Amino acid sequence: MSSLNSMIFKLAGLALLACVPLTGESFYVELAAKTLVLAIFAMSLDLLVGFTGLVSFGHAAYFGVAAYAVALLSPKYEAASLWYVLPASVGLSALAALVVGLFVLRTKGIYFIMVTLAFAQLAFFVFHDTPLGGGSDGIYLNVKPSAEIAGWVPFELDNATHLYYFILGALVVVYAFLARILQSPFGRVLVGIKSNEHRMQSMGYLTFRYKLAAFTLAGGLGGIAGFLYAVVFGFVTPELLSWHQSGNVLLMVILGGMGNLVGAVAGAFVFTGMQEVFGSWTKHWQLVMGCVIVAAVLFMPGGLSAVPARIKRALQGGGSNE
Amino acid sequence: MSEVINPGLSAAVQAAPAGEILLVAERITRRFGGLVANQDVCVTLPRGKVHVLLGPNGAGKSTCINMLSGDLPPSEGTIHFMGKDITGLSAAQRSQVGIGRSYQRTNIFPKFTVLENVRLAAQSRRQQPWRIFSKAMKQQWALEKARACIEEAGLGAKVDWIAGVLSHGEQRQLEIAMVLATDAQVMLLDEPLAGMGSDESARMVEVLKRLKPSRAILLVEHDMDAVFAVADTITVMVNGQVLESGPPAQIKASVAVQQAYLGQEDSFHV
Repeated sequence: MSSLNSMIFKLAGLALLACVPLTGESFYVELAAKTLVLAIFAMSLDLLVGFTGLVSFGHAAYFGVAAYAVALLSPKYEAASLWYVLPASVGLSALAALVVGLFVLRTKGIYFIMVTLAFAQLAFFVFHDTPLGGGSDGIYLNVKPSAEIAGWVPFELDNATHLYYFILGALVVVYAFLARILQSPFGRVLVGIKSNEHRMQSMGYLTFRYKLAAFTLAGGLGGIAGFLYAVVFGFVTPELLSWHQSGNVLLMVILGGMGNLVGAVAGAFVFTGMQEVFGSWTKHWQLVMGCVIVAAVLFMPGGLSAVPARIKRALQGGGSNE
Repeated sequence: MSEVINPGLSAAVQAAPAGEILLVAERITRRFGGLVANQDVCVTLPRGKVHVLLGPNGAGKSTCINMLSGDLPPSEGTIHFMGKDITGLSAAQRSQVGIGRSYQRTNIFPKFTVLENVRLAAQSRRQQPWRIFSKAMKQQWALEKARACIEEAGLGAKVDWIAGVLSHGEQRQLEIAMVLATDAQVMLLDEPLAGMGSDESARMVEVLKRLKPSRAILLVEHDMDAVFAVADTITVMVNGQVLESGPPAQIKASVAVQQAYLGQEDSFHV
């Protein structure tokens, strides 16, 4: 896609998303809000998987840490300030990622996948089995954080429409942030590490530090998603940190096409869409979903983000010869 | 040919005295389990000289380069750069002090453009990772340096090409451009002429001659015409050990070298 087409496509998508609350169907607004949250989550993982070449299978840990942080930091029967709990929970998930990154980034390939998973399971059991997390039932967030600044309330997260636009705004900010840093010298180094880490080292880059920065950043951005998830649903459970969740977000990134931020968003929408549709057909929706994902990986290399180029090629060449 | 001479180095470095000893490796040894790949190898690289490592396959030339570049830690021995002990430094740290290398098997970023390959190398000299909101493509100094180094390596016409589609010889030139862009004062070049046509090869020899005055160059090479065209010192390695080291004339006349090399060749013909 040319950059103009791609811009038009993104703005059209954004306009479409902005129209969702106009339907007035609270079910769809909540579903779309949840999907937007997962889209932010998928973009944060794509920074690692698609741009730095770090396949993390434990990204749900940072999502969950932030979600639990909101619930734990909020007073039981009154609203916490958004301007305190949002940075605090995001900061905690970034801190968790920094600490875990110090260990896991010493490994590579399959070992990295396994060690990230191990740390995520560790975090899962911390919230599942200690008094801190309230066991498998989780914790309720009874009152949503308040956006009040010195008596002035710019928006209310209690209001489903306000919350929806807040999340959509967060998606745009996270997208713009990632798109921007990927153009920076820092971002170019990450992409270089993905392409040929050994060469980056021989050119004088201490790649460990760059990877640690990326891992921490991805953890923090994943934390934004976790924060929003807790606010949307009003409760948190250890399931948020489970390996299913880590696997799902990885599938969203793969479906969308690794290394493409818009692809990650599309992947989140297709994934949740399939969950809903197949779930309405059959109890065994995961079986259908598994088949679709296998087919997508086999017949759609490069994921959804590669589709426009493939269509273009097919139209120009009168058929694909792949 | 380009007018830019030694685009990678600052004026101060270019004015540094020739003959100054840059890199000294003393009795470096590398073992892989029971195999001794390098034993007590000594290499001295003065500025302004080209030092060639010769030897049959498996003689330990690449192991030696890997130890000098930091890709492999030596099992024994020390390596000094401008008087400082750098034996314990990693490859990235050695690159930062001024030791650059190219690889025997082409080692580039195949999906990036030629410019981006070299721009990344240039950027490594002034890393500002905290400036995450600045645009890499607006760092004029890195772009200019990259272009100058690409020109110097003779790839000026292919700046915007994707590196992976270049010919083998051009990819070797790209590697040289990348080493140049890192301001390397010591260049360790592992078979830069391998697989090049005679024109490309001759041009690369010209490039090496132009780079030589302000740098120390260690070259592993099999192309004898090129070797004798650029070498100031030749070290012949056999079975991980230095057989003989000295000026080209001495090596040419050496009986031991003739036996190691020509002796083998004779046996093929008999």
